[in-house]
Amino acid sequence: MRIVVLVKPTPNIEKVRFDMEKGLVDRSSVKLEINPFDLHAIEAAVKIKEALGGEVIVISMAPPNALNALRDAIARGADRAILVSDKVFAGADTLATATTLAAAIRKLGSFDLVICGEKSVDGDTGQVGPEVAELLDIPHASYVVRIVDVSHEVIKVVSDFGNAYYLIKLKLPALISVTKDVNVPRKPKFKDLMRARRAEITIWRFKDLAQYLSLDVVGLQGSPTRVVKAFYAEPRARRTVKIKGSEAIEKVIELLSSEGVL
Amino acid sequence: MMGMRDVMVYGEYIEGRVHPITYELLGKGREIADRLRGKVISVLIGKGANRYAKELIFYGADEVYLYEEDDSYRPDPFIHKYVVTYLIKNLKPCLVLFGATLWGKSLAPRIAAALRTGLTADCIDIYVDDEGDIVQVRPAFTGNIIAYIKTLTRPVMATVRYKVFKPIKKDCRRAGKVNVIKMLIKRRGDLEVLGKVRDKEVSIVDYDVIVAGGRGLRRKEDLNMLKELAELLGGTIAVSRPLVDMGWAPKDLQVGFSGNIVKPKVYIACGISGSPQHIAGMKDSKVVISINIDPTAPIGKYSDIFIVGDLYEVVPKLIERIKTLKKT
Repeated sequence: MRIVVLVKPTPNIEKVRFDMEKGLVDRSSVKLEINPFDLHAIEAAVKIKEALGGEVIVISMAPPNALNALRDAIARGADRAILVSDKVFAGADTLATATTLAAAIRKLGSFDLVICGEKSVDGDTGQVGPEVAELLDIPHASYVVRIVDVSHEVIKVVSDFGNAYYLIKLKLPALISVTKDVNVPRKPKFKDLMRARRAEITIWRFKDLAQYLSLDVVGLQGSPTRVVKAFYAEPRARRTVKIKGSEAIEKVIELLSSEGVL
Repeated sequence: MMGMRDVMVYGEYIEGRVHPITYELLGKGREIADRLRGKVISVLIGKGANRYAKELIFYGADEVYLYEEDDSYRPDPFIHKYVVTYLIKNLKPCLVLFGATLWGKSLAPRIAAALRTGLTADCIDIYVDDEGDIVQVRPAFTGNIIAYIKTLTRPVMATVRYKVFKPIKKDCRRAGKVNVIKMLIKRRGDLEVLGKVRDKEVSIVDYDVIVAGGRGLRRKEDLNMLKELAELLGGTIAVSRPLVDMGWAPKDLQVGFSGNIVKPKVYIACGISGSPQHIAGMKDSKVVISINIDPTAPIGKYSDIFIVGDLYEVVPKLIERIKTLKKT
């Protein structure tokens, strides 16, 4: 069983800077960590590997300062990690990112299952997973809350369709995007950290993927969507009347009445 | 060029029900199509869809395409992708709108990737600027940033948040054309929806009033107190993530970045301190009332009324007061 986990190294949302001029997140400005949703994708992959054997390969498209996040992925149970990194990949939107990741997966030669987190805390789109699946021409299930059963041929999952939860059977190779409900990621042990520190992380540049990609479909150049401007979201101006305890009741009643809910 | 001014609205029709976001999208689609002097084209896929075609026209569609060659109500993502992709290729709309529901957010990227076109997620506004370009506005970074996005390829594709746009007034005299698509779609057999595991207990995004509980609650049973308040106001209860993690409430009730993003008229936060993840899920509520024992709790900043006090004192008093009011 060869399982690929797509991981996005993301900045801590509370510490990041934005390049408002370019409308992009300045990902070189901060330490990158594994996107919290992707921790669940790694855990799901490691569990499947423990049950069926095989290997877990983490792939990230990110700037060079993402190496530590990839070491962390190894500490969490990945057998190896590939950093897809090149100046020409910078500024990619979801389609250009998916195109690049799909090329990297193709370069692996064979794979059975691709797992990713439901979305990232920075881009926050949840689009890259399904886009990768389409570009690889494999089925996908999004918002997976439970992995019911996996064999070498099929995977059965419970997926949140919005209105209800559905049981879905996917023939492998397939892609699933998982929510935080799917498992509880374990913490790396000391020996895992040591192994990760020694691990060699493969770096693939554009030229390594050139067989599967052209320059016009990657990075900003290959991105059909362009951020034309961006602002810090001003929190909605609130009155913030601060009241102690019981005096507040009448104020609340007043407000509820004026909103027509009383 | 033929088409290219038209706006396509994907009608989210699952299990015999049209998601209300469809009507909101038709309203927005109508506005943009009028500006571009194009048509609003909508599409409904699934058994029994014909019953709703007229309704879509009354809410702003000029043409509705129906695909019904499905023998069950069970939603099939592959069929939806196939039909919508086919229609986009043939009708060449300039803009295609989907609801940013979980279903829409799983379907739209596949279609966008198949067409190699740009897709913008979770839009909170879409408009045509002075240059005639379609501009999509979306929050990113857990809601900390608002980005304005243009798409260089056609069609422009977007998923749109629920309850952001208003439907236009229903006009039962509006005329439009219903087109029935007949084609045999060969299923690939690599994806099979075996069945429904369970419905959502409650769809909290649909409520005007949400009373949410957080770590300030001491026992699971105390959620009943919040439930009583919610019911008095015609609303629902909700919870912050820690309560879901402790098994006190199902995920369906969770407000926050990894749960539901809600926008009720009134949001009452009881014993919720206001982590950035929680704030991202409720900050666009019209009115926020919070009750917290800690005067420095971050939720205060996002509240219209911030009651510094013990929710175990405040909530029962509030319930009593409302009950008295209702009697008179």
